Amino acid sequence: MADDSRPHKAHASTRFYVVIALILTVITAAEVMVFYVEYLKPVLVPILLVLAAAKFTLVAMFFMHLRFDSKVFTGLFIGPLLIAVAIIVAMLALYGAFTGTTG
Amino acid sequence: MSEAVGTMDAEYTSTGLPNRKMAMWAFIGSECMLFGSLIINYLINHRRNLQGPYPEELLNIPFITVTTFVLLMSSLMMVLAFTAVERGDMKWGKVWLLMTAVFGLIFLGGQVYEFNHFYHEGLGLSTNLFGASFFILTGFHGAHVAVGVIWLLSLFVLASMGKLTQENALTVEITGLYWHFVDVVWIVLFVLIYLMS
Repeated sequence: MADDSRPHKAHASTRFYVVIALILTVITAAEVMVFYVEYLKPVLVPILLVLAAAKFTLVAMFFMHLRFDSKVFTGLFIGPLLIAVAIIVAMLALYGAFTGTTG
Repeated sequence: MSEAVGTMDAEYTSTGLPNRKMAMWAFIGSECMLFGSLIINYLINHRRNLQGPYPEELLNIPFITVTTFVLLMSSLMMVLAFTAVERGDMKWGKVWLLMTAVFGLIFLGGQVYEFNHFYHEGLGLSTNLFGASFFILTGFHGAHVAVGVIWLLSLFVLASMGKLTQENALTVEITGLYWHFVDVVWIVLFVLIYLMS
């Protein structure tokens, strides 16, 4: 195979990654619990979106090493991600998802 | 010029960042757009059904929570595989690579079971818009997981043959980027398809 021997930046320790995995597990459990709590139904969507965003951020920052890596990689990821999110929101608005009408 | 210099030129860009890692991040950026289009297709269409079965009749939250947990843990194993290879511990590197692939296979098994169950409950690709958008979105994700499993098993075989060593840590890191991306996509799909339906 090609030689990849480069001075890699020091990443986090094994214990740190296990802690991140535990946090991800707790957030997943919280998502499912929130789903089953009847009186949280009116605010279910924002709560779930915040929890999913937290998990997404943790994986991207620490497991994908964006926290430790070049900002160029962050830009390559976040740029298209923001465009995709903007298109999703625009399409939902176009199809009346926020007003209850149908497109 | 020597071959070594030529290799370095091929590997690195003027930014000083590895070419292959840059390419993987650009690919992941393009994948964001792909999954964005599939997600919007699902969000718009999954409620526009003239006939059942409907999402709330089929989606099994406890089952899919378990497979979601399996995929999350596979991400942990992937990052442990990378750190093991990076420090030259190839024995544990191989173990974690294999475990990541096995957990990916368990997730795929769960998806096959779910698809089979839905099919026997009367939901096919052309039954209604929920079926079409659901199978396309989760099917594309499953195909990505399958590619990742093949990739991981290839690395495991190379490591077993002694062709993947500490010097190839970047290869494992790039594989990990792909695998973690598959995981973050599922983090979004789990909420949008299963918990918000």
